[in-house]
Amino acid sequence: MSEENIYDKVVWSSCNVNCGSRCPLRVYVKDGNILRVGPDNTGEGGPFGTHEIRACLRGRGLREWVYSPQRLLHPLKRVGRRGEGNFVQISWDEALDLIADKLRQVIDIHGNESVFRIYGTGNLGGVVSAREQIDRLMNLLGGQLGYYNTYSTAQITHAMHYTYGAKDCGNHLTDTANSKLVVFFGNNPAETRMSGGGSVRDLVVSQQGSPVRTIVIDPRYTDTASCFADEWIPIRPGTDAALVNGLAYVLITEDLVDKEFLDRYCVGYDKTTMPSDIPPGNSYKDYILGQGPDGLAKTPAWASAITGIPLERIVKLAREVGTAKPAYIAQGWGPQRHANGEQTARAICMLAILTGNVGIRGGNSGDREGPFGISFPTIPVGDNPVKTAIPTFLWTKAIASHDNFTDLGDGLKGRERLQSPIKFLWSFASNTLVNQHSDIASTQRALGDTGLCEMIVLIDNVMTASARYADIVLPGTSSFEESDLCYQGYAVEMGVLILRQQAIEPLGECRTLYDICAGVARRMGVEEEFTESLTHDQWVEYMYHQCRRLRPELPEKYLDAISQGVFKWNRGGQLKIGLQAFRENPAEAPLNTPSGKIEIFSKQLWDLSKSWILPQGDQITALPEYHATWGMPGNSDAQKYPLQLVGHHYKQSTHSSYANNPWLQEAAPHSLWINPLDAEPRGIRHGDLVRVYNQFGQTQVRAKVTPRIMSGVMSLPQGAWYSPDAKGNDQGGCINTLTNQRPSPVAKGNPQHTNLVQAEKACGAPPC
Amino acid sequence: MLKRPSFFLDTQICTGCKTCMIACKDKNNLPLGVRWRRVVEFAGGQWIRLPDGTFQQNVFAYYLSMSCNHCQDPICVQSCPTTAMNQDEQGIVNVDPQKCVGCRYCEWACPYSAPQFNPVLGQMTKCDFCRDDLAIGGAPACVAACPTRALQFGDYDELATLYDSKTVFAPLPARDLTQPCFLLCIPKDAKPELTVDGGIANPEEVRNA
Repeated sequence: MSEENIYDKVVWSSCNVNCGSRCPLRVYVKDGNILRVGPDNTGEGGPFGTHEIRACLRGRGLREWVYSPQRLLHPLKRVGRRGEGNFVQISWDEALDLIADKLRQVIDIHGNESVFRIYGTGNLGGVVSAREQIDRLMNLLGGQLGYYNTYSTAQITHAMHYTYGAKDCGNHLTDTANSKLVVFFGNNPAETRMSGGGSVRDLVVSQQGSPVRTIVIDPRYTDTASCFADEWIPIRPGTDAALVNGLAYVLITEDLVDKEFLDRYCVGYDKTTMPSDIPPGNSYKDYILGQGPDGLAKTPAWASAITGIPLERIVKLAREVGTAKPAYIAQGWGPQRHANGEQTARAICMLAILTGNVGIRGGNSGDREGPFGISFPTIPVGDNPVKTAIPTFLWTKAIASHDNFTDLGDGLKGRERLQSPIKFLWSFASNTLVNQHSDIASTQRALGDTGLCEMIVLIDNVMTASARYADIVLPGTSSFEESDLCYQGYAVEMGVLILRQQAIEPLGECRTLYDICAGVARRMGVEEEFTESLTHDQWVEYMYHQCRRLRPELPEKYLDAISQGVFKWNRGGQLKIGLQAFRENPAEAPLNTPSGKIEIFSKQLWDLSKSWILPQGDQITALPEYHATWGMPGNSDAQKYPLQLVGHHYKQSTHSSYANNPWLQEAAPHSLWINPLDAEPRGIRHGDLVRVYNQFGQTQVRAKVTPRIMSGVMSLPQGAWYSPDAKGNDQGGCINTLTNQRPSPVAKGNPQHTNLVQAEKACGAPPC
Repeated sequence: MLKRPSFFLDTQICTGCKTCMIACKDKNNLPLGVRWRRVVEFAGGQWIRLPDGTFQQNVFAYYLSMSCNHCQDPICVQSCPTTAMNQDEQGIVNVDPQKCVGCRYCEWACPYSAPQFNPVLGQMTKCDFCRDDLAIGGAPACVAACPTRALQFGDYDELATLYDSKTVFAPLPARDLTQPCFLLCIPKDAKPELTVDGGIANPEEVRNA
């Protein structure tokens, strides 16, 4: 029985959520319905780098998600209070008229700065169905308030900027095959980049047959640790910088630092390379040895008490790192998603800097592993006439208290103070409006007052937790209902082009994002400028030919390309070594820092610490120092809320995408990870319903009692959908009922892993 | 055509991602509660709080992706009162829907919980090794799905020359119960059969509905 006999057609498609990878899929269609979703079946057995990009469980479960009972099929208009979830069905014409009228009114009264497209990554990697279509539309209408940062990488991006003057400073993951030691701080490709074409595959290939020793430092015994680690060192969340300080103390006092490297390539290790206008006693060495302003030696014993790691293990780790060269020291993005995340990210880099592992084969800068990819073209969006931009995490403040939103206090760019509040909000394939943003109760207050933000237009495939808070909900086509081009994600070591074909007709009245934007453009008088007289599908074909200009080996005819479906380019011999040019010739290829060198001491941060306005307790420091923050042990809140809570990326969903898919919920149920030492005194057994709470809110979730999480720490995977009961108490296990909107000091980023909570066995349903 | 199809799992690179489960579910259109393939998480280790507030631990975990092992001595076939459960010439164990009355004896007998009761059909169902794919030279859906290539398949006799066919570790049952056509390499933290050091950490995910 061959496939052709069972199915009418098999078409190429893709999974378009934000794991970092981008997987091709083959969609089996019969009588206009999806019968099955198959994996990539091209390139296996060829050279590494053209192998099958096998989608993970999330992409393979897409059929169940596309046909979800929660699919949005018609345009909806809110009736009743915002967030109540009561809507009436309206026509597309009515919906688009309402949007255009309000958009016009808001721009007339409040100006273009009062229009904002919220961050969202639930549909990523498409070219024509890209969130940038909204930017293209708004730029034709005078622009919109901009943003910088992401919810993924705000703190580490700033850390790399101030330290290395760059981003993506990591060596390829396959370079670990050339290392003598691998040290991962909170780096977990087996769960965060689990595509068969992504980082986990790279790690498998590079570690197979390699004797390299791998150490994973993480509060959780991750799937990366269980599979790849020779040793797991559990650490209290937010204390990685303290560990590095203790390691640095041993490296310095036992003469294991690469002094030649530090003198030649770096600023601020000791007095010989300090900026001339900084008072003595402010070098890194002074700080570590207790000869700086705090007079506190950062001994391994000091670090041990903070991190929870035994003293002798810290000393041994320092000697291991100091004597194994090259060593691949890398961090994931969990350690930086904290209230002190910028300094944590900088501190982890210090381990690579002190040992001279930066810019060499088999080494790494301390950054996350580096990506490879082909820079295929994206749709032209034009210029945004509005130059004002907010840190993306602070959008609720831009709604609720814009007159208190400043450059020195909030990281506002382009103005000293925000001129107008956000009055009109676009949300495309985003659950950031409620679910993925911190402190849901506080977000609800900002959104609940319709006198503040006057219109929220949300485009999605399913009725998400966020969609309930929109005024106009528009049903978008899923990736199986529209054609597009998709490029490789950044979590791979190959270039990929996928020609995604429309597999089935749009469900209900679903429309593509492009058609929705074109409908608004028509009503706003810019249809011709927006569409350039092309349909969605004509744009896809046009963009394909733009790709051909970059890669002339692609078929001349679009139809020929469609039949092949997926194209791959092996990265060849170009093993990426982060900052290699600088390492080889620092005079010819200086870094993009003010000194042109690695800035262990950052004069820029020194200056910010003097000029920026910070809430009490927040710190900006010129050196990668450790400082305990709010939401950590030792804080006064810890008496009531003694457990730290982080929210790991979980295989059941990609952020909140697909979290409603029953297949995935069955295969990988949502649960709270709690250590037996913490569960037993609370009478919590595996499978019990647990209430987790703090000053921000509460949620309920089943307990996974497991030694795979450090004692004193719990992890509640991020992404589960906020599902309040009649009293407003979440039953869905959504971590953002418990997180804080207070941003990190430098990046103004989301510190969503910095939380203190209490847990108890839930009374209520089911009865206890 | 394979003489005797067998699965092979490289437990050292199985990350427990469960893509195999979903690929199987999608291809075979299985309702919730019916899992022809399941991924067992076996974990353990002790935590000790030291007087200085730091911790020592010896935590371990490994995953086992399990389906039907199309055993050489299939106890499910022996225990079937209606002869619905049968084994074909390749050794693939099948349910004959014309004969199955859904008594679930096979499910109770099988030490791997491979036969799964489908409440919609009122009958037993199970992994058929994707015979349709094998017939056209393809791989079973679970194998073709595996992102790390931990799950493989091949001819049992050939695989048995590469991997020890006597390998058993917790929580696998003794092989001589059924002579499974399932080969594995040993996880780095493997615990012996019947160990008390560790246990199945995800019973709710692998327990039969």
